[in-house]
Order: sequence, then C-alpha cells, then structure tokens
Amino acid sequence: MPSIYMANAIQAALAEAMAEDPSVIVLGEDVELSTIGATKGLIDKFGANRVRNSPISEATVVGSCVGAAACGLRPVMDLMFSSFLYIALDQVANQAARLRYMSGGQVSLPLVLFAGTGPSGSAAAQHSENPHPLLMSLSGVKVVFPSTPADAKGLLLASIRDPDPVVFLLDLMLAGSRGEVPDGAEAIPLGEGVIRRPGTDLTVVAIGSAVPQALTAATELAHAGVSAEVIDPRTLVPCDWPLIFDSVRRTGRLVIADPARRTCGAAAEIAARAMESCWSSLRTAPVRVSWEDVPIPFSPVLEQAVTVSSAKIRAAAAAMLGAS
Amino acid sequence: MNSDVFAQLTAGYDGVSPARRNLALFARMALIRSFERKLQELFSRGRLPGFVHLYVGEEAIAVGACSVLGGGDKITSTHRGHGHLIAKGADPRRMMAEIMGRTTGLCHGKGGSMHIADYSLGILGANGIVGGGIPIATGSALADRVLGRDQVTVCFFGDGAANQGVLLEALNLSAIWQLPVVFICENNGFTEWMRTSDITAGSIAERARPFGVQSATVDGNDVLAVQAAVAEAVGRARGGGGPALIEAQTYRMLAHNEGEEAFSGQYRPKEEIEHWRGLDPIDRFAAVLAEDPDIGAKELEDIREAAARKIEAAVEYAVASPEPEPADALTDLYARAGA
Repeated sequence: MPSIYMANAIQAALAEAMAEDPSVIVLGEDVELSTIGATKGLIDKFGANRVRNSPISEATVVGSCVGAAACGLRPVMDLMFSSFLYIALDQVANQAARLRYMSGGQVSLPLVLFAGTGPSGSAAAQHSENPHPLLMSLSGVKVVFPSTPADAKGLLLASIRDPDPVVFLLDLMLAGSRGEVPDGAEAIPLGEGVIRRPGTDLTVVAIGSAVPQALTAATELAHAGVSAEVIDPRTLVPCDWPLIFDSVRRTGRLVIADPARRTCGAAAEIAARAMESCWSSLRTAPVRVSWEDVPIPFSPVLEQAVTVSSAKIRAAAAAMLGAS
Repeated sequence: MNSDVFAQLTAGYDGVSPARRNLALFARMALIRSFERKLQELFSRGRLPGFVHLYVGEEAIAVGACSVLGGGDKITSTHRGHGHLIAKGADPRRMMAEIMGRTTGLCHGKGGSMHIADYSLGILGANGIVGGGIPIATGSALADRVLGRDQVTVCFFGDGAANQGVLLEALNLSAIWQLPVVFICENNGFTEWMRTSDITAGSIAERARPFGVQSATVDGNDVLAVQAAVAEAVGRARGGGGPALIEAQTYRMLAHNEGEEAFSGQYRPKEEIEHWRGLDPIDRFAAVLAEDPDIGAKELEDIREAAARKIEAAVEYAVASPEPEPADALTDLYARAGA
C-alpha cells in the first residue's frame, strides 16, 4: 500500500471520480496549475471543458456550481482557502443550503466546495479560518473534515457521489503529512466516525489537525498511566453521534479538541449533545480545547498561543483526571 | 370562451398559426394579470401569509421572453416572480396553493411566493435574494455548455439587482466561457421604495459593453418588442454566440410588496402612475389585436374572462388543499440524510 501526501490523495480521488462520471467537473482559481497539487494534471487528462480556471469571483463561481448541479453536472470547486467561502456566503447559505428544502425536495445539488482550511503558519486572520461551526449550523450543507490521506481520498469520492452540497475541508496543517492509501476507488460513507486509538479513562473527540495532536497527547498520557480514547468523527454533517456517545458512556470523561474559536464551535455542540445524551455516565464536566475567541494572529508566537496543540490537549486531559 | 379553448391558447406556442400566436401571448398576459389581481385582493382581505410582490404592468416581459423558449430551456426568477413562472408554463393552481402554504403547492408549502420553483419545467426558482438567481443561471448555462446541450437559460432580474456585484462577475464569467445565458433586467423604475435612477449610475444595458457582451434596451411594455429582442439574443446564445444583456424598461404599477401603504406614504406622484397606466402592456396589445379582422374586441374580452375564471378555480383548488403537518418541516433537507 503506497504512502502518499494528502494533496496526492485528493488528486487521486478527483481523477477517479472524473474518470467514472463524465458529469464531474473541476473549477476554481488556478486549478490548472494547482498551488497545493490537489488538481494537478487533471487538465491534461480530462481537458479544458471539464477543468476550468475561474476568475476570482467566489460568489458567482460558487453560485454557478449551484446552478450547474441543478442542471446535471457534479461540480467540484477549489476555493483554495476556506476564508474565501465568506465571500460566497450568500450562495452557500441562501442558495446551496436552501434550494432543495425550499422547493419541497424537487432538486438535488450534488456539488463539492473544496478548500484548504485552518492556520498554516503565519497566514494570519484572512487565510486561516475554519468555517465548520458556521456550516454545521446552516442545515443544508454537509461538512467533511478528514485527518488522513486515506480518509481524504475515500471521503472525497463519497462527497462527489453524494446528491447534496458538501463542503470538503482539507486542514492545511496536514497538507504535508503522508499516509497509506489503498488503491482503487473505495469511498468512505459520510457520517461514519472512527476510533483512532482505543482507551478507557477518557474520550478525546478531535477534528482535523487536532486528531494527530490528540494521538500524540494520548501516547504521552499513556506513559503517565492514563488511557485516552481518540475519536475522529471525519464528517461533522452528518456526524456519527452514536460512536461518540458510546465512547463517552464507557469512559465517563470527554475532552473535545476543535480547531475553531471556542464560542459556538463544534466542540460546544459536541459537549452539549454529550451532556444531553450521556449525563448519567459523565463523571465530570466536558472540557473544550479550542481556539481563543480572537482572529488568528500573524506572529508565530501568537498563533501558537491561541490555537490547539497536543500540549494543550494533554494538559486538559491530565487536569480532568486529576480533578475527577 | 370555454375553458378548453383558453387552455389550448395557454398550452404553448409550437404549431400555432401567427394570428393565434399573438392571441396566445395575450392570453398568457391576461392569466398573469388575473393571478396578481386576485392575490392583491386576497392579501387585502388578510388571506395570505408572508410577503407578496406583484408583477402587474410588467407582464409583457415575462411573456415575450418565455414565448421564444423551448421546454429544455431554463429560467431563473426573482422575488417578483409569479409572472415568470406562469409565462414558463407553471400551473397556477399549484402556484396559488404554494402561496397559501398548502401541501399541494409546487414546493409543498416550504417556499412560498418568493421561492416557488418547478424544476420539471426548467424553472430554477424564484429567489428571495436580490440578484440571487444571477450566478445560478450562469451555472445552468455552464451545464448546457459542458454537456453540449442545445439549450439556453434566461435570467430575470430587477434594476435593484443590477447593483449587485454578481451581475458584473456573471457577465465576465459568461463572456469568457461563452455561456448560453440571456440576462434580462426588468427595470421598473423602483428599487424597493427608492427611485432607481437616484442610486444607479449610468445605463444598466451599457454595463455589458466593457465585457464584450451584446446588449439591447427594449420597451418592456411592448410584448412583441420584447419577444423580438429576446428571440435574437436566445438564437445567438443557442448557436454558441455567448451571453447577452437586455434591459426591458417598464414601470412597477403596484407596491414593492402588498401592504406597503402602512409605512410608505405617497412616494411617487399619482400623475406618473397614471402616465404608465396609459402604457399598460395588456391594453396596448389588445388595441393592436383588436385591429385584426380575424380577432376583434369580443374575443379579447372573452379571453380576459376565461383567465379570471381559471384563477378563481386556482383559488378554489388551493383553499380546498390541506395544510402541511408540523412534522413535514423536517423533511426535504437532504437527498441522502446519512447517519
């Protein structure tokens, strides 16, 4: 099984999806050249009709994906940075997420908005966003947030084949990571999380780049005699709530490592649902390891100060065990 | 006129003799007028939930434009969209039911007046966001282009939407990709309660020029003029000649939304409204048709009455239709719900 980079896994999924279905097209800024390599070479394989460099007009290009999806295409748009999703927010929130429901289920919108996401090292506040909490609250778009190359490939295949709008977020902190990816087009169903590391003392639900951070923390905690279970939901809409609740009921303790601001983050929703569903099993209050409630700052020192790290996850877990 | 004859007149334009074709345009305009007048009455009697934006005085644009479209062609519409939908063939009964929030409505009561759609007829939806349909129409045309289909998309939008950035983005995108889309701006003089000329620089039609997009200005109260202009643009787009922008100049005879008098005051002179009443697109076309010895005033009056009866029947259908169950609010969000 070959070990490949995240971007190569994305590229492989796109190439397989385009080969199996002529209605799949790829468009976006610089998709011919491809800055991170995710769409590299597709123009040579599939031609200019299906691989289209688009102007920097996020609202209209995202909206065009909505219209094209309503009329027989399966567009995959590369937004480059998820911060740019906000430029197109009308088309995401008022159109893509609404047209099926508002029309009484008349139309399906099979489109994928693909974006690099999160802090990538001093990209500062307008290139470091993680919009998944906002997207989760919209109702009407699915949200995929993988943490390994194998999941990225399998989930992108599933996203492209899915009949609904999907925002596919590729954590830029993981862009340089490698992992084993099986050959062939094995799609991973949306809504199935995975236990990355089994444990008995506490549950750590981690998202995106927080997954490898949580695994590092779990290894260190094990040296201290603490058995941490690490759960990667992989997709946030739909979310594998049974997997999370089952783990919390077994361990009685919950830490959520979420690369997003604390207020109304994914961690807030996960904590609330766990308390509603697993209250009698919880031995102590769930704890969020999230970003501080500020924009992502430029200075490496400041960026580190406000974002999630394995040290912060470990500290939260250790404190919880000491306190309970 | 019996209802079968009227139904024939409003069934479509294919294979209809030239004289009957003009009658069909007239009948479709009369149907829209009756629909809107009935909604005005229902609203004033407190019978309609939500916002209603009426199309009275602008019927010639939707009818003229849609008369040159085929079944596979698509439209996007606006918050003032009832006319576009009827012109493209939507069933007034199911539209009325939608506006009344009933399960038999085209969107099962989930959309309402501002969001009615009938995708089976290529009606990609009215849209409550000003300019919201512009990117969607562009994408619809992209799908036709990529898939090599011989179809076009007409994008109706208002003068207010002409000041949304997406119009300029869409002109650029559709020009570089030579997409088969015709943008039709219905300039009715008012952006909500603001006079459009006060908040809009230059000419809307001229905004196409720097993009190399063909444009035209047309009398929006002259159904044959609209038809001719749109036919030219649609024919060019269908043949691979790329997009076009048409500014149809008209006047909003009624409120921005029904009930505005509660706060709007008299924001335009009565003389101005009277002037435009004299340019009413249906009366004007009736005057032209009445000159035709094969038609005559009596037949036109019969058509108007048949249209009114059809709308009465639509109201009866809607009123007799059930309200949704509360649990219906939780359906239709996703095509595949997942875990």
